[in-house]
Amino acid sequence: MKKYALIVCAMVLSLSGTPGHTAGTVIQNKGSDTLVNVAQTWAEAYQKVDPNVSIAVSGGGSGTGIAALINGTVDIANTSRKLKRIERNQAKTNGHDPVEFIVGYDALAIFLHKDNPLNAITLEKLAGIYGEGGKIVSWDQLGVKVPGCTGQEIIRVSRQNNSGTYEYFREDVLQKMDFKAGSRDMHGSKDVTDLVEKTPCAIGYSGLAYASEQVKMPCVSAKEGDKCVAPSVATAIDNTYPIARPLFMYTTGKPTGEVKKYLDWILSDEGQCIIQKKGYAPVRPVTCK
Amino acid sequence: MSRADSTPHRDDRRNMDWFVDKAVQILVFVAGISAIVFIIGIFVFITKEGVGFIFKSHYALSESVFNLLEEKKMPDTQLDALTPLEGKAFKTSQDLILAVEGVIGVEETRPYKELLVARSLDQPFSLKTFFTSPKWAPTSELKPTYGALALMAGTASVTGLAMLIAIPFSLGAAIYIGEFATGRTRELLKILVELLAAIPSVVWGFIGLSIMNPLIIKVFNVPIGLNVLNAGLILGLMAAPIMTTIAEDALKAVPDRYREAAEAMGATRWQVIFKVVVPASKNGLVAAILLGVGRGFGETMAVLMATGHSINLPTSIFDSVRALTATIAAELGEAAVGSDHYQALFTLGIFLFLVTFLINMTADLVLRGIRKE
Repeated sequence: MKKYALIVCAMVLSLSGTPGHTAGTVIQNKGSDTLVNVAQTWAEAYQKVDPNVSIAVSGGGSGTGIAALINGTVDIANTSRKLKRIERNQAKTNGHDPVEFIVGYDALAIFLHKDNPLNAITLEKLAGIYGEGGKIVSWDQLGVKVPGCTGQEIIRVSRQNNSGTYEYFREDVLQKMDFKAGSRDMHGSKDVTDLVEKTPCAIGYSGLAYASEQVKMPCVSAKEGDKCVAPSVATAIDNTYPIARPLFMYTTGKPTGEVKKYLDWILSDEGQCIIQKKGYAPVRPVTCK
Repeated sequence: MSRADSTPHRDDRRNMDWFVDKAVQILVFVAGISAIVFIIGIFVFITKEGVGFIFKSHYALSESVFNLLEEKKMPDTQLDALTPLEGKAFKTSQDLILAVEGVIGVEETRPYKELLVARSLDQPFSLKTFFTSPKWAPTSELKPTYGALALMAGTASVTGLAMLIAIPFSLGAAIYIGEFATGRTRELLKILVELLAAIPSVVWGFIGLSIMNPLIIKVFNVPIGLNVLNAGLILGLMAAPIMTTIAEDALKAVPDRYREAAEAMGATRWQVIFKVVVPASKNGLVAAILLGVGRGFGETMAVLMATGHSINLPTSIFDSVRALTATIAAELGEAAVGSDHYQALFTLGIFLFLVTFLINMTADLVLRGIRKE
């Protein structure tokens, strides 16, 4: 729901936010739900930097942003996964040569209900829980007893099958394997946390920025015996957290003019402090007020 | 207006009124036939997007073949050279190999020949899989599968439960409003029932997600409250108002002389309703139920939020499921236009359209039945 509210806000802002002067340049910015909150904050803050440029931000998912990039209807596409070869080629066929910018990093957090006693999990076990053919179906198999969870059944909470987060999880955690059928496929990162909050048996995954105080995040290790690392901005920056992913902005062709200025500002200390405040890792360590 | 009226007499003037009259006639005519135009337009659109996919069968370098070639370590330069061939249809795998050899050379093609022969058949859709496989995995990296059985079972189970709840409630309400309630109570009830129909489906979905979910977990002691029961209850409440309104109209259409005759023969109030009024209006009642089924079948947002959106063949009312409509709503936004996934979603659309068409058609024929009597 929040997503739609955001889009509406963005539309209202873009309509009402520029009194007194006709907006000089409008930069179209679209894509990843993971990035939409921070993209919106960037757009608002940039209004103060350069009031003549307004940025129209909308979400819809990485796929939506990439589709718009291929069709050339956006200036900047936000994605939480790398462009596929085929997508790059499609864009080239349409006369747009996508240029990639890494604007931050996101730790993919594993969410559990706050009463769940599990403190650590390995990527292998996650694959056993989520992957097709995986044998882990009950919390007993992970050696814990979850209070309030009937039958100790693991309720898998996942994302719809074309979200960037879903594809990243499949690529890096499931090693390209398919998901086990029967997961609850939520339509948005926020919905994942909301459901896990209210369901004792649940396990879910989403960007660290969507964590709430009502859910618990176990530390994650690559395999049994490895050091178990808690998800945080710091562990995403120093690359010790095993499932941190880069967040991208793609432009159609080498950016020039206002688009270039905007991207330079995003990668500046000021822009990077904003992304850090939102719970993501900046591209390099920055000191913020 | 009969024809004689609209033909101008010799001494008629084509004044302002005449033109207004003509304009209104045309406007009303356009509004009248717009429904037909829209329905045909929608049908043509859905079919155009989806039908090609159903009959697709040829050899081609599709996206998954490119992925496989990349995995087999085909050099980037060769992959780039092959890009123009992407999606091009060939009659046999031999034709495809020849084309590939033409681009990157015979020797260079050899290591991938086996893979190309085995995996280049581009026939993603099969009716058998569609109706018998529960695996809906349109974005799989290994092998996209388009089985809709679990989705159909999800829709059917939720609609079925909703009707079990809505039919007694709405028929009961219709009989009370139509036969027992009088004066102010009756008017108030009618207004409230219609108000119930005006609650947006996303609000119902929200109730399912944030109120019913924890409630069902607590009351029934189950692992998750987003399931058939939750969605069925909500859908039942959503379908009840429209069913009540139509059922009440059907009861009202029964002439009062039927009731008077029955009462004159000494029947009690209940006997009059059960033995005379209900049988006399049964066609209207069946139509009310069928329209409710159609409503349930096509509902999207509330079902998306309350079912748990989980691909599953339900074995109890506490299992999470996924509905056909919800699948389209959740996935269409991010599917690239024209891709296999996009077209597969339209085949779901065709299926949905045919089923709702059938239900509404039946309801209409049944309704027509009462008018003839």
